[in-house]
Amino acid sequence: MRARAWQLARVAVPLAFLAIFFAWPLGAIFGRALRPSALGDALGDAGLRHVMWFTLWQAIASTVLTLAVGLPAAYVVARYQFAGKRVFRALVMVPFVLPTVVVATAFLVLLRPGGPLSFLHWQRGVAPMLAAHVFFNVAVVVRTVGGFWSNLDPRREEAARMLGASRLRAFRHVTLPLLAPSLLAAASIVFLFTFTSFGVALLLADPSHATVEVEIYRQAVELFDLRIAAALAFIQVLAVVAVLFFMARAQERRAVAQRLVAATETARRPRGRQRILVAGVVGATAVLLGGPLAALAWRSLHPGGGWGLASYRALGSSASTSTLFVSPWTALRNSLVFAAIATVVALFVGGLASAVIASRPGRATRTMDVLLMLPLGTSAVTVGFGFLLAFDAPPFDLSTTALIIPLAHAIVAIPFVVRIVVPALRSIDPRLRDAATVLGAPPGRVWREVDLPIVGRAFVVAAGFCVAVSLGEFGATVFVARPDTPTIPIAIQRFLARPGDINAGQALAMATMLMVLTAVIVLAIERVRLRDLGDL
Amino acid sequence: MLEVEGVVVRFDEHVAVDRVDLAVANGETLAVLGPSGCGKTTLLRAIAGLQALDAGRICWDGHDLMAVPPHERRFGLMFQEYALFPHRDVHGNVEFGLRMAGADRGARSRRVDEVLALVGLREFRERPVATLSGGEQQRVALARALVVEPRLLMLDEPLGALDRAWRARLIDEIRALLDRAALPAIYVTHDHDEAFTIATRLAVMRSGRVVQQGTPAEVWRRPVDTWTARFFGFGPATPCTARAGALETPWGRLPAPAGTPEGRVDLVFRPDALRLDVGGPLDGIVTGTVFSGELVTLTVEPAPGAPLTVRVPQRDAPAVGDRVRVAVDRDGLLAYGPD
Repeated sequence: MRARAWQLARVAVPLAFLAIFFAWPLGAIFGRALRPSALGDALGDAGLRHVMWFTLWQAIASTVLTLAVGLPAAYVVARYQFAGKRVFRALVMVPFVLPTVVVATAFLVLLRPGGPLSFLHWQRGVAPMLAAHVFFNVAVVVRTVGGFWSNLDPRREEAARMLGASRLRAFRHVTLPLLAPSLLAAASIVFLFTFTSFGVALLLADPSHATVEVEIYRQAVELFDLRIAAALAFIQVLAVVAVLFFMARAQERRAVAQRLVAATETARRPRGRQRILVAGVVGATAVLLGGPLAALAWRSLHPGGGWGLASYRALGSSASTSTLFVSPWTALRNSLVFAAIATVVALFVGGLASAVIASRPGRATRTMDVLLMLPLGTSAVTVGFGFLLAFDAPPFDLSTTALIIPLAHAIVAIPFVVRIVVPALRSIDPRLRDAATVLGAPPGRVWREVDLPIVGRAFVVAAGFCVAVSLGEFGATVFVARPDTPTIPIAIQRFLARPGDINAGQALAMATMLMVLTAVIVLAIERVRLRDLGDL
Repeated sequence: MLEVEGVVVRFDEHVAVDRVDLAVANGETLAVLGPSGCGKTTLLRAIAGLQALDAGRICWDGHDLMAVPPHERRFGLMFQEYALFPHRDVHGNVEFGLRMAGADRGARSRRVDEVLALVGLREFRERPVATLSGGEQQRVALARALVVEPRLLMLDEPLGALDRAWRARLIDEIRALLDRAALPAIYVTHDHDEAFTIATRLAVMRSGRVVQQGTPAEVWRRPVDTWTARFFGFGPATPCTARAGALETPWGRLPAPAGTPEGRVDLVFRPDALRLDVGGPLDGIVTGTVFSGELVTLTVEPAPGAPLTVRVPQRDAPAVGDRVRVAVDRDGLLAYGPD
């Protein structure tokens, strides 16, 4: 009886949560978008068509640039063993998890007049936006392609060399085709992220270069044209679904069954000229990824010529409270409280769903798996906008409660929880549970003695991800945060929108704090993960 | 006393265990021998209660175990490749069953030491199981199964992953342990040498069915059919004709074993059926020798194109090209009619 109730709950709870907090808001958007004339008006407007075209080409350009910058690092990580490799891999991961607002702030510091890169004379516009996209997504290429590359058997390339292929032809005809699925996977993820770029686009591009996401925000929040905003969100969801579908098909077509070898067997110590190559690639990548962050931290401690904590001290002043409506420390407290709630909710819902998905293969569990991945393909702006439309009236009127913010964060975080916990659950040899049973453990005890200790660390990693996601979440929060409940990213955006060095300084101080907080979490996750779970 | 009556386990259309009847008396070791995929493991899981039955029943001392969940059956199961808990050390693995039974810490510690001493792993208490060799893991698994003093011990391919030297050593240890504890046991394996060594009784399984049962000597002397004889590694099957108590073979007429049906039969020589003997009826040329330690396997061709295999002690082995005479032991001839 209790077992039946447990079976029912672990299916029903995630589905109900998803229905209320994902399907219902999305439905609210679609309901408005599908009213006659909304879609027609959006597609008929030359300005909006320009927005769509710009969104597409900047995403393609960002993807190509990211691959170009990331592949050398992927190669070096896959094929060479060098001192500091683990640290390097962990550092590459940091930008990927950093809040968009922090990255945008860092690039503003680099490019401001008198800043380290002021000689480029880049204004806010396309160039810094593309640079920030590359900065963010290099990790995807290094992890996805590098991880796959490190498991390719190098003897295949050696076989091609023995058959008369030059180094280049061996790469082109043997290695490249085998890498293709991972290249496509990385490219589709990067494309997806940059296609739905919001924070970076909003803060780094000039107003004439709005992405669809930025335009949804502008239409909904600044122009109050919910109809056009909904139509744009609808078009955007369709585009993302189409891209994901074709990428998955292309990946499947190119996938080849092959024996993979352990990464430790394929990585060698570099010799001779290879050492220059490894040092050059690692050094350049580290500067590229570390530079903006270092500039941000340095500037926050070095406001207007001279070391000092003035920017941090200003956070406590009454002037900043008037800008924000609340004290910046309240924003910090909000962020931490919301992160805690979002993490608990996401772990609970995602954990139950993972138990179902990992339990046994079948149509029902596959459906659950796909359903839970949907929020990943939906942009944060769409989630936030959907929340705005769906939860300001009965039956679910949440517009007066701040709880709406962590709930939106949880929707964004749940796919990560599932992606981390399901493989850990699946990695448990089912015979371990049998062994415990035969030795006298009743079902609940089996879960406590076998499943929990083994997936416990996966839950820790997932919790870290949830906290990082929630702390940095911007796209959804910007729709649902009320003036008196800002989070840190919202506070940074408000400070940046105000003129003057004091406001800018406070934005930098808060961005630096958020950066350090996120980086510490990511590096801690990397430690746990490398030790116990291998590479995800 | 374990009784298995008419047990059937189906996976969709595939019948993994098909109407199996078995019994294991106290102090007896039953070896279940069969090729991989024949349903041996599924049968063990069914007895353990980890696998639901589609028909039949499993009884212990006359009581049907249907309603007894696996964790209350008090049967020990040593899994193929051991299934040790990777998140616990040696002590934590061995102690597990005692903790489930609610034994207090002191009693657990004493009992774990006792059993670890029994399998010769006393110094390994604190070691993580991932650092153990295959043979050591095997002993931990054995200790973990034995520590709770199960009513029945089941071992699933316990020596499968080990190299030859370890296997020879461990099988003697397991045998000694089972004898000492007078513990009824089921030993599943695909290796007939292992089965013959360990078993007091043997059941041969094929495609989910038990095709033959008996003492190892009985089964070895009279395998039930050509397939079983070939599975034991007995020489190739040669088609012959049986007529009036004799077999017409490529090597001439040989006496037919008792119970041979008339007509077309398959003849299989048990390894001890042929020996070199100057007075033997068959004569032929040695065309090949294979050295395998104390025995040498000769290929002798009494008739062109119809070679025989004869095993002789290494010191008596003739050379290739020698002419030899071969005697035939009638008891070693196995003739099988068409089913």
